[in-house]
Amino acid sequence: MNTNATTMTKIKPRKNWLVMFIHKLGSPPWFYNFSGKLIPWLWATFAALTIWGLYLGLYVAPADYQQGESVRIMYLHVPAAWMSMMIYGLMAVMSFIALVWRIRMMEILMMSSAPIGAAFTIIALASGSLWGRPTWGTYWVWDARLTSELVLLFLYLGVIGLHNAIDEPRKAARAACLLALVGAVNLPIIHYSVKWWNTLHQGSSISLTGGSSIDTSMLWPLLIMAVAAKFYYGANLLTRARIKLLEQDMRKGWVKNVVKEQTS
Amino acid sequence: MNHAPFIWAAYAVGAVVLLWCGLAPLVRKNTIRRDIRRLIQLEEVERDSHA
Repeated sequence: MNTNATTMTKIKPRKNWLVMFIHKLGSPPWFYNFSGKLIPWLWATFAALTIWGLYLGLYVAPADYQQGESVRIMYLHVPAAWMSMMIYGLMAVMSFIALVWRIRMMEILMMSSAPIGAAFTIIALASGSLWGRPTWGTYWVWDARLTSELVLLFLYLGVIGLHNAIDEPRKAARAACLLALVGAVNLPIIHYSVKWWNTLHQGSSISLTGGSSIDTSMLWPLLIMAVAAKFYYGANLLTRARIKLLEQDMRKGWVKNVVKEQTS
Repeated sequence: MNHAPFIWAAYAVGAVVLLWCGLAPLVRKNTIRRDIRRLIQLEEVERDSHA
């Protein structure tokens, strides 16, 4: 008896906080409440970092010795371009998890990411075009980097369009997940396009492994704006995911309770 | 070449797109909450008629 009791104690699974958190994340009412508390802080941090980053980028940082004042577009363009790729990468990971483990929250988070990623891609393309005119003398060239970034925008629009074209939400999400996963092949093409092909677009000035060729007076505002963009994504993603949850679970008791509480 | 119009245009595009992307879900949220309130009212009316 004693031996059995000891064995039972030994094989009892330990409750890891990360596993518990992932389990809780899968519960729509818990996710709705938790994200509701987090969103105001994310928006506030985004606003504070953006004001600080813009102040440093537009007023404190010097003009570039070759590009002049137009280099200030970098503090918008580069974080937007990074976000456009990062969000698609995250969408691919979420899609994989959603397709393999059939986790509904992952489908919702993936679909909520797509419009934000598309918005950052539009900003990257538009600001890049406006930066190109004074620097290269043209708004647009069919250069490998620019073209692959445009393909990324079409992929985002394709994922959104495919999801909207199918009525049944779970089927729509699975189809969109599959497209998002296949489209991830474009990410290394965008990243390495400036190395693989002879492009008008410049190569990377910032490297995580090697030294960055950008001066610290320009690097700091750039990094602050990049972090601010991540907070924007977090706040917007959670806001959209909560709304999608309300929409999908409209007939469930917890949603009715939430709306009743907000109304009273 | 004066670079200011290009810089301000880029930031204006960025602001408009981010504002639109941030505000659009709030409009959607109001519509959905209205739909849910209507659903609750319909269910209450149905329950009262059966009682």
